[in-house]
Amino acid sequence: MKIVLNGDPHDVAGPLTISDLLVQLNVDARRVAVEHNLTVVKRAHYDSTQIRENDQVEIVNFVGGGS
Amino acid sequence: MDPLIIAGRTFTSRLIVGTGKYPSFAVMQQAHEASGAEMVTVAVRRVNLSDRTKESLLDFIDTKKIALLPNTAGCYSADDAVRTARLGREAGLSHWVKLEVIGDERTLFPDNEELLVATKILVKEGFVVLPYTTDDPIICRKLEEAGAAAVMPLGAPIGSGLGIQNANNIRIIREFSRVPIILDAGVGTASDATIAMELGADGVLMNTAIAEARDPIAMAESMKLAVQAGRLAYRAGRMGRRMYASASSPLAGTLK
Repeated sequence: MKIVLNGDPHDVAGPLTISDLLVQLNVDARRVAVEHNLTVVKRAHYDSTQIRENDQVEIVNFVGGGS
Repeated sequence: MDPLIIAGRTFTSRLIVGTGKYPSFAVMQQAHEASGAEMVTVAVRRVNLSDRTKESLLDFIDTKKIALLPNTAGCYSADDAVRTARLGREAGLSHWVKLEVIGDERTLFPDNEELLVATKILVKEGFVVLPYTTDDPIICRKLEEAGAAAVMPLGAPIGSGLGIQNANNIRIIREFSRVPIILDAGVGTASDATIAMELGADGVLMNTAIAEARDPIAMAESMKLAVQAGRLAYRAGRMGRRMYASASSPLAGTLK
């Protein structure tokens, strides 16, 4: 199924949860934050949050920055 | 030196530093150590999904000793800044945010109207909000009234290294403010940091002045000392200025 991941179209084998997606992408869940359809998902809910067709997912982390 | 207290949290160091623009993460780590900073700013950005091999910033920050202060750099509206702050809170598991809402790409000056809107929203959501603002005493007062935990007036444009352009405004903000003042942006060298502290700032935040120095580690140490010197001078109270000389040695007993 198609989702929008970090602003770009992305094909994933669905259905899947946020946890599944992070595993597929090889992303350490402890170091990122995830937004699902413009709502921040708490880490405790990664396992239970289902991603559906056309959903928007943002995965962010900390990078170097000052101001 | 007397500690800095922001939102009930005590810091021994009055210097806050950034994590951007360093020649390498290793140099950044040593510069952080040399600076004595107990809080560093970080930016919130999309994970690079195409290349997962890159080193992670967090491998080079001992978060047991150094608190992370997520920023909302690059946001041009209150909505974007609020969204970024919420993501930063989840990524860092801390409700502190260095709030930035930028109004113009070339100057990176803050959009104070949007900043005030975002501050109100985030304070309501329980954030400790540290807003980056222009050196305007009135907007600083409004931010304080909106619940900001500190105000962060700029000394000069971000990354400019021009030093404090309007010293008198910083002095007036000192007079007006009941929350800590962190001078943020514009410091170019150690004397700028000292001047900020002498004007009554409670702390200084800088990134480029250290990261772009020829020797960032040495500059970090110099900034640590500069902030301490400025604080001590502020507390000590400087002498009055005179138009003419006033001899330090007694006039009595001079050979005639």
